[in-house]
Amino acid sequence: MNLRHLAPADLVPRALEGDRRAVGRLLTLVARVVEKLIADHARPAVLAVDPSSPLSGGAILGDRVRMASIDATAFIRSLATRGHSGGLAMAVPGAVRVLDAGGYSPIIIETVGVGQVEVEVTAAADTTVVVLTPGMGDAVQANKAGLLEVGDIFVVNKCHQPGADDTRRDLELMLDFSHITGHDDPDYRPPILLTDAIKGDGLDALAEAIVKHRLHLDADGRRAQRRMRRLQHEIERRVTARLQTHVDEIMHAPSQRQLLADVADGAISPVQAAEHMTAQVLATAHPTQTAP
Amino acid sequence: MNATATLSEAPVSTDQLKAMLGRPPRVLVTKIGLDGHDRGSRLVAGFLRDAGMEVIYLGLRQTTATIVAAAEQEDVDAIGLSMHNAGHLTLAPAMLRAMSDAELDIPLVIGGIIPDQDRDALYQAGVAVVLGPGATAEEVAESVRRAVARTA
Repeated sequence: MNLRHLAPADLVPRALEGDRRAVGRLLTLVARVVEKLIADHARPAVLAVDPSSPLSGGAILGDRVRMASIDATAFIRSLATRGHSGGLAMAVPGAVRVLDAGGYSPIIIETVGVGQVEVEVTAAADTTVVVLTPGMGDAVQANKAGLLEVGDIFVVNKCHQPGADDTRRDLELMLDFSHITGHDDPDYRPPILLTDAIKGDGLDALAEAIVKHRLHLDADGRRAQRRMRRLQHEIERRVTARLQTHVDEIMHAPSQRQLLADVADGAISPVQAAEHMTAQVLATAHPTQTAP
Repeated sequence: MNATATLSEAPVSTDQLKAMLGRPPRVLVTKIGLDGHDRGSRLVAGFLRDAGMEVIYLGLRQTTATIVAAAEQEDVDAIGLSMHNAGHLTLAPAMLRAMSDAELDIPLVIGGIIPDQDRDALYQAGVAVVLGPGATAEEVAESVRRAVARTA
């Protein structure tokens, strides 16, 4: 199945954090997909996102290690989250646009995370692929992390390992529930695929599923809808980041120390202190407004 | 001859570098060829991360070509090569040639087992910094920062 007609289909392979071996397998899967894309004469790009250390602000971006076998036809860029709490580097949407303009397709955003990261990441992509490994209650964890709601395609990697079928069954069950409770898209049921990145099993099926999802999005203008959501989300993130710099300034200003001391003493409540500081943030963000 | 000609005159903090570059410094760390002694490069990657830098860690078995390709795609500010196989007098100049062919005007940092009598030759060839096995985390971070500041 030829993937080059996916320009630009953004995919987001994901894995659950906490299992470093799982991360390695995810990266191997991504590397295999990229190799296949190159063999199909596509020109893929990969944005590999890793977290920045909250303590030092630095990061170890090691995702390229697993992609060493890929030739320079593919553009691979490692990004650190740089303090952005959503789990996706602020630069990703802009990077996607640049790569798209540069003729790269498809563009794969690869990240590892749990918690609120999912919403952030899926907002950045057309197609979200959630990658799980068997065992360790992965399917249950995925459900808790909210990944079930955002995945367009589910992949159980290392499918020859015992527990793979259990994981698939668990996923099917959970997808049944969301279907009953009103999945937002009654015309599309996310497929659950089994792959083995090392052996190369299941890659064709994965490629097909991605194309199918893409066609599904193109029907009824869903892709345009998702694109609007993506742009809205990006703008919102940028606005929030701008406001955050004002918040940081106010929070760390010396004048706030007295306020914090008052809260610690019980003279005012944290809620009152927050309202006071919010007014100051708004005043500095918009100087013509007078703070109450 | 020491390396001060290739380093900024004064020490520079990561925050200062961030201000100069508009982002945290990005350093590529890797090993060439079949040299498998990677504990040092992992340690250095951690030192640089703890000093607030972004480390693009390429791992083992790289070639000058793959390193240059990665350096270009990743917009790195310095290339760090870890060498424990006595190949430095051949490999460091080869890396410098590949960088110059690609017009990559960034410092090359060499770390590992480098005999003292070979250091001059490396600096003459154009290596910016040579770090031996006794280098501390602070020395590693500081010399990388100063080398980057010089060419930034």
